[in-house]
Amino acid sequence: MKPVLLSLLLILMPLIAQAITPEERGLEIAQEIERRDTGFHDFKAAMTMLLKNKHGEESLRDMRNQTLEVENDGDKTLVIFDEPRDVKGTALLSFSHKTGDDDQWLYLPALKRVKRIASRNKSGPFMGSEFAYEDISSQEVEKYTYKYIEESSYEGKASFLLERYPVDPNSGYTRQQVWVDQERFIPLKIEYYDRKNALLKTLVFRGYQQYLDQYWRADQMYMENHQTGKSTLLSWKKYDFRSGLSDGDFNKNSLKRAR
Amino acid sequence: MKVWFCILLLLPGFLCAGEWSGYVEGQGRYFLQDPLDSDQSDNTLSLAFQPEYFQRWDNDKQSLLFIPFARWDSQDDKRSHTDIRELIWTYAGNGWESRVGIGKVFWGVTEALHLVDVINQTDLVENPDGEQKLGQPMFKLSLERDWGILDFYLLAGFRERTFPGEDGRLRTHPRVDTDLAGYESDREERHLDLAIRWSHFIGDWDIGLSHFNGTSRDPLFMPTMNGAGEIVLAPFYELMRQTGLDLQATKGDWLWKLEAIHRSADSGSYNAATGGFEYTLVGIGESAMDLGLLAEYLYDDRQDAATTPFENDLFLAFRLTANDVDGSELLAGIIKDLDSSAALFNLETSRRIGNLWKVSAQARLWFNVPEDDPLYPFRQDDYVEISLSRFF
Repeated sequence: MKPVLLSLLLILMPLIAQAITPEERGLEIAQEIERRDTGFHDFKAAMTMLLKNKHGEESLRDMRNQTLEVENDGDKTLVIFDEPRDVKGTALLSFSHKTGDDDQWLYLPALKRVKRIASRNKSGPFMGSEFAYEDISSQEVEKYTYKYIEESSYEGKASFLLERYPVDPNSGYTRQQVWVDQERFIPLKIEYYDRKNALLKTLVFRGYQQYLDQYWRADQMYMENHQTGKSTLLSWKKYDFRSGLSDGDFNKNSLKRAR
Repeated sequence: MKVWFCILLLLPGFLCAGEWSGYVEGQGRYFLQDPLDSDQSDNTLSLAFQPEYFQRWDNDKQSLLFIPFARWDSQDDKRSHTDIRELIWTYAGNGWESRVGIGKVFWGVTEALHLVDVINQTDLVENPDGEQKLGQPMFKLSLERDWGILDFYLLAGFRERTFPGEDGRLRTHPRVDTDLAGYESDREERHLDLAIRWSHFIGDWDIGLSHFNGTSRDPLFMPTMNGAGEIVLAPFYELMRQTGLDLQATKGDWLWKLEAIHRSADSGSYNAATGGFEYTLVGIGESAMDLGLLAEYLYDDRQDAATTPFENDLFLAFRLTANDVDGSELLAGIIKDLDSSAALFNLETSRRIGNLWKVSAQARLWFNVPEDDPLYPFRQDDYVEISLSRFF
């Protein structure tokens, strides 16, 4: 008996020492994604959303985005609306947090009014698009728990397939499946499952470009809603990293100045 | 020679560097009842035009904003009016900001009534809800610090409130004659008003503390006889000091709001407050729609002697936000006087049509207004308004 047990232990030992759970492996990958995207400091970019319904009718949204990286917390973001024209000059200031609700203020230029708004509405559509607030807000590791599924490939690229589960009970999703590029540690595709665990949307990232020799950003993010037949194509243009933004560009005064 | 050439080349470039936008609006108002005075009209059509010029330069540190406004009304010559809503130069420094020119400022958090908001005069002919404002000449200096934002205002040049003319609806009986406006200050509309405001946020809490010292934007009314021998109301603008607090707690789907003021003037001093909540039901019935439930209590310690109609009133409303492509919204509610049977019903709704057009509608109805209520003159003025705007 004894030699058998010993040899069994010898065989199993390295496996036990090395084995990490799928949860740990998933978290490791998420942490690596964040590590590689840390240190950009700030950027400015132009955003265009092309909304399409199932009849093919189109609607356009034009925005500008300013983002400031915040150490040990979520990013600060200012989004200024240019189109549609009736909301031109409206601006949204968000301080996102790793845990808990984000702080959000909306500036209404016609009334010159700054309104603190309830940010718990994460699952609501952003400007009538197929993107929910939670899809485009700062993606922090702490906002999800993770599970590694398998090695996969997406459009010929070797990928890790992960599943992630929103920590926030107000999220519109039970889970998301993320295809992560093994080489660059960037998301290639995300599938969103609704509260009933049915496939709701698919997001595809296209045209990744590298900025400052480190940070990858997709030129286009295409979100398709499988339940309604609607889609939104979000295009990013004029990326300007380390544009000189600072904390002073993200307060209620700068929100009113933004335009 | 070369310098002049450069200037000639640069000047048009400078003027063209900015951008024009704005809107044209056609509006119809239909009044449900016969007017109290046969001079007053039943329906009115009007056209409004509000272009907007904006330019920034110097690495976005400086900017110029110019918003003129004009409305033509088919019935009321006092409602046909023009104004410079804004003509203001902004300089944004590092941790501070200054603004010089004609501007607009909003303070406060509540929905039913804006007690704290005292910088701009109300453009009452635009809308009886008092939310439309006239441009105010000002110099503003703002300090942005870790402990909040501190604003100092020098307000030079007082703007009189606009009032509907003889032919207009939604007016008092007798009407207000703005030619007879009087002031407590010997300097009249040239009195220099001062204001200061500190605002900050700590976690879920947003707070504002303000103080104003100058000519009150809210006139008192003196019955008098004008040159034509008619009995009219003459607006009288007294000096006042007002200290205000506005507070909002943002707790999940709940917004808790409070505005409180203390105002003192020769005619007396008083306290008033408005407070309540807005609770949002997110994604009702598994749709993308949000339903907001609003309730606010309106208080004024002058009770029946109050110059506003809201001294012990309850505001109840709901706000439907479709979150659709057209940005459809609807806000409907009542303000109920708790001391009498009087109630005011209000509905506002709007949606986009395409990217450049917007249609909006309003309805206001007054119910059971007793004779001693400041809203009594409007008892026959229930109306529905439809507007179509083209943005450019």
